Amino acid sequence: MSYKGQFRVWRGDSDGGSLEDFEVEVNEGEVVLDIIHRLQATQAPDLAVRWNCKAGKCGSCSAEVNGRPRLLCMTRMSLFDTDEVITVTPMRAFSIVRDLVTDVSYNYEKAREVQAFTPPKDLAPGEYRMQQVDVQRSQEFRKCIECFLCQDTCHVVRDHEENKLNFSGPRFLMRIAELEMHPLDTADRRDTAQDDHGLGYCNITKCCTEVCPENIKITDNALIPMKERVAGRRYDPVVWLGNKLFKRGK
Amino acid sequence: MTEVERHNFDVIVIGAGGAGLRAAIEARERGLSTAVICKSLFGKAHTVMAEGGCAASMGNANPNDSWQVHYRDTMRGGKFLNNWRMAELHAKEAPDRVWELETYGALFDRTEDGRISQRNFGGHTYPRLAHVGDRTGLELIRTMQQKIVSLQQEDKAEFGDYEAKLKVFHECAITELLKDDSGAISGAFGYWRESGRFVLFETGAIVMATGGIGKSFQVTSNSWEYTGDGHALALRTGASLINMEFVQFHPTGMVWPPSVKGILVTEGVRGDGGVLKNSEGERFMFRYVPDVFKGQYAETEEEADRWYTDPDNNRRTPDLLPRDEVARAINTEVKEGRGSPHGGVYLDIASRMPAEEIKRRLPSMYHQFKELADVDITAEPMEVGPTCHYVMGGIEVEPDTGESTVPGLFAAGECSGGMHGSNRLGGNSLSDLLVFGRRAGMGAATYVESLERRPVVLQSDIDGAARSALSPYEPAKSEGSRENPYTLHFELQQTMNELVGIIRTGEEIEQALGRLAEIRARVRNVVVEGHRQFNPGWHLALDLRNMMVVSESVAKAALLRTESRGGHTRDDYPMLDADWRNKLLVCRASGEDSVVPDVTVEPKDQVPMRQDLLELFELSELEKYYTEAELTTHPATEGDRA
Amino acid sequence: MTATDTGVHAPPRARLPVPSLRTDRWWVPPVLTVVGLSIFVIYATFRAFQQDYYWVSEYHYLTPFYSPCMSTGCVEGAAHFGRFLPDNPLIPYAALSLPFLLAFRLTCYYYRKAYYRSFWLSPPACAVPEPHTRYTGETRLPLILQNVHRYFFYAAVLISVINTYDAILAFHSPDGGFGLGLGNIILVANVILLWCYTLSCHSCRHVTGGRLRHFSKHPVRYWLWTKVSVLNTRHMEFAWITIGTLILTDLYVFLVASGAISDPRIIG
Ligand SMILES: Cc1cc2nc3c(=O)[nH]c(=O)nc-3n(C[C@H](O)[C@H](O)[C@H](O)COP(=O)(O)OP(=O)(O)OC[C@H]3O[C@@H](n4cnc5c(N)ncnc54)[C@H](O)[C@@H]3O)c2cc1C
Ligand code: SF4
Ligand code: SF4
Ligand code: FES
Ligand code: FES
Repeated sequence: MSYKGQFRVWRGDSDGGSLEDFEVEVNEGEVVLDIIHRLQATQAPDLAVRWNCKAGKCGSCSAEVNGRPRLLCMTRMSLFDTDEVITVTPMRAFSIVRDLVTDVSYNYEKAREVQAFTPPKDLAPGEYRMQQVDVQRSQEFRKCIECFLCQDTCHVVRDHEENKLNFSGPRFLMRIAELEMHPLDTADRRDTAQDDHGLGYCNITKCCTEVCPENIKITDNALIPMKERVAGRRYDPVVWLGNKLFKRGK
Repeated sequence: MTEVERHNFDVIVIGAGGAGLRAAIEARERGLSTAVICKSLFGKAHTVMAEGGCAASMGNANPNDSWQVHYRDTMRGGKFLNNWRMAELHAKEAPDRVWELETYGALFDRTEDGRISQRNFGGHTYPRLAHVGDRTGLELIRTMQQKIVSLQQEDKAEFGDYEAKLKVFHECAITELLKDDSGAISGAFGYWRESGRFVLFETGAIVMATGGIGKSFQVTSNSWEYTGDGHALALRTGASLINMEFVQFHPTGMVWPPSVKGILVTEGVRGDGGVLKNSEGERFMFRYVPDVFKGQYAETEEEADRWYTDPDNNRRTPDLLPRDEVARAINTEVKEGRGSPHGGVYLDIASRMPAEEIKRRLPSMYHQFKELADVDITAEPMEVGPTCHYVMGGIEVEPDTGESTVPGLFAAGECSGGMHGSNRLGGNSLSDLLVFGRRAGMGAATYVESLERRPVVLQSDIDGAARSALSPYEPAKSEGSRENPYTLHFELQQTMNELVGIIRTGEEIEQALGRLAEIRARVRNVVVEGHRQFNPGWHLALDLRNMMVVSESVAKAALLRTESRGGHTRDDYPMLDADWRNKLLVCRASGEDSVVPDVTVEPKDQVPMRQDLLELFELSELEKYYTEAELTTHPATEGDRA
Repeated sequence: MTATDTGVHAPPRARLPVPSLRTDRWWVPPVLTVVGLSIFVIYATFRAFQQDYYWVSEYHYLTPFYSPCMSTGCVEGAAHFGRFLPDNPLIPYAALSLPFLLAFRLTCYYYRKAYYRSFWLSPPACAVPEPHTRYTGETRLPLILQNVHRYFFYAAVLISVINTYDAILAFHSPDGGFGLGLGNIILVANVILLWCYTLSCHSCRHVTGGRLRHFSKHPVRYWLWTKVSVLNTRHMEFAWITIGTLILTDLYVFLVASGAISDPRIIG
């Protein structure tokens, strides 16, 4: 089964741009990325788009389809009616480069600021022993393919450019949670999570979880547990009082 | 004179996959300033797609495992054409490299006693693949990416700048390697994908880690990056390629719907209990155990099924034969009319395991079929068929250091050749990346440290490189000759797939060479539209040249090798030929054209295997591969004589 | 001034004519949430201050909105823990528990999501811009106080124990012996669901085991954590169900106490 699909694709760069209309052939079983490739091969050879694996594994092809952040290679055309106009735009939380390609350097900068895995000093390679139950929480977060769709959809930065300075976004708050739950990590990132990475900006409205193509329960399993850990350290009246009275902790 | 952005590093690593990152970590840990350059975003390299696992004989799942067993499996898998020294280093060092990843923060799946769990895979005697569900490559990449961040944090603490010693240039493609007048590497030239502007890296040593060539084939599990850039760049710089005729077709790629045709279905499905069936419901692999493997695989379904739980007293299922065997078997079944509706065979795990278990062990496969093909693999069988997956051939290197024949040019990972012989075992690539990535990083560091003076880049080379990169923007010489890069790419892929694919004949290869010659002429007339900012048409036009060179290497080598071995199957020479075993086919660039040079192929003898390694094998096994003359030194032969 | 100058229309981003291109009816969930929560708040306020029809003395049914009943205005039998709060129309009879329950739900991670999205439109739906120019989330007063949720959880556990006690006392027949009526079934169902809501709380998940780095060293707490985690995935459902059952339970007691309906009895 094959039909002519109606597409509107944003084309342009930082100087401006517009939604352009295209009529393209659509075949059975295809995904939006197939259509973009067909556009490149037949109508718009210089249409810029990022992609690599075309199998939902690398997280390169992030964009927005009908206003929703999605992986182009995992958005099947069967999701839409045949007469529906499908709008494809770049991610709207990041600066535009060209067409569907955005500048995602914000994410790489934030990645660099999370204190790396800190193993015990005296443990030699090959001597690491970890139980499956102890690694599986962090393993869920390590499924992340860094598509940055969660970063794109999070209203904290999507709707407030200035918050990018103080907020690392769900992906990297989750990275902190991953390390905090790592059975052999020795560092304590609770304070930096709150002070430097802006955990407090998150109002747990769960859009990150909604768009995550890996179905990671970012909010329930990473952000809220992190908030609880921070609460335990910073906002627990009993702990606070105890620290005051006995001058414990730092 | 071309204006370019300039950078200067002790070592540059081209490629940010497993091999490239491991090399960069090594060079930086040796104290050298290092750059990593990659075509796509940092962390997206092809290695993320690896699913099944990373082979290392840690012996966690079965204590009988050892480097010797791993070594033997690797040599058998490659049909004894492997560079034995590489196979030896690989088998010996892989466990250390995997353990090292844990110190970087990797979280592999665990055994009961808290060690790294290992799974079965085709061609491996024991469960040997360290894995994380079916996303091992992602774990590898992310772990090393995070290790790089960790090193950068150290540099920030020491020098106040994250990028003081180790810098990543992503979405930057290299189009030319530069040499000084002595013939030593002096730099690399490329462009930023984002802006289209040129950039020059001046350096003492380059580590190539650019991965494979699969995008020259139509049905492939590989991504757009796999255009053989490293192969082509090295060839054009004067290095040699070996084993280019050996291309691995993975037996199980998706076949339906057409848009996902070729996407990989991990071998882990079979390792964990999935079986291949034809349209008659027969587990046909039992009919395809080749002579060289007779006696090593189960002969009945009952024995095969018992093996999963009791591997010590039963032989493994032939579903887990090396990939070349399984791919050919599937090809035959389909040809003989016992295929599935969409031209594949069935891979069934649904009837062999509870649904929950499948979802737990193979989450991304479950996801992939559900999302892309509307197939619930816990309820129905998958349809699968062969897909171009891996190139065994690559840059000829010194096993211990990864140095090519060009001074200062090193290579590791899929773009290097030799390690896997004629066929790679599943899981041996990820370990290859770690072992030889590190070695190439060390090799490059040692080389740079020993340099008395830094080779200099010649301005004329920069101008030439810029001119060549911009030529697709020149208007067509005549209206009719104007070529579209997408069309040419499609034709190239079709040619390779149909004529130099999984089953080859001399006649078809000749035909392919004819078509390639024609495409080569047209590549010169490619014209692209638009400007230089993130222009995929232009990028493809440049990649096309590399694919051209690589495809010719594959086809020419395939024509010369008149036997069938591993990833090279000739219908007109269907048997393994012992006289060919120790012959390598070496490709070199020749001719006038420096951009898409001609390729000449010459045979060359391998260095004979070291005695102690040879003795790891039974004489009776070696006799299946070796000529009699080669085996006179084996102790068993001598015993016969005495 | 439009709030979106700093957001999706910020200069470095792709310039698109509209703030959102979503084509589905994204405004439906927030509207439903506003309606649902408003009904509850209005009903609960009305009942909390009504100070009547909260106790069925024949069968000892006490509505959860008046538990524990501690005002000097409480009917004698309804007050299981003494009467000492002043009787004033502005002080609900259960003034010792209601504020905590209110705070528990107000700081609940689920309700926070629900009202931030629907009442505060921050954001109204994913990838739909919020109308505020500035956003600081829960980084400063008053919202930083949301972090004390765990303490309200402890209070809620206590109150759930009291509710359970109430439900047990309610197995009462007019002659003083054991009795069972439809009201008991409703009270017990309500209490069970309240427990489900309370135990599925994220803070509960944290204190039972979530805070540990090594599950393998604490098998019992790990076991507890897995159970709480299963409940936790349904926390949103329980949040809504308990709103329903609270209204229903209270309404039932209200109707029986006011004599509008009579309680169908099974035993006694
Ligand atoms: C679907 C799939 C599954 C696999 N599963 C397994 C498995 O389970 N086990 C296993 O052992 N192996 C597996 N493999 C094989 C293995 O993943 C690859 O062989 C391996 O990852 C190659 O790694 P690499 O480091 O050589 O290169 P890659 O990871 O491919 O990296 C290549 C890098 O080079 C860069 N590059 C290329 N050209 C240029 C240029 N011109 N300029 C700048 N940069 C450039 C790219 O951007 C990229 O960063 C699998 C392969 C595929 C496709
Ligand atoms: S839950 Fe928090 S991090 Fe996730 S999208 Fe909402 S505000 Fe952002
Ligand atoms: S957490 Fe999910 S949405 Fe966010 S970057 Fe990772 S995979 Fe993408
Ligand atoms: S292309 Fe890799 S996730 Fe879409
Ligand atoms: S009650 Fe909802 S999270 Fe605690």
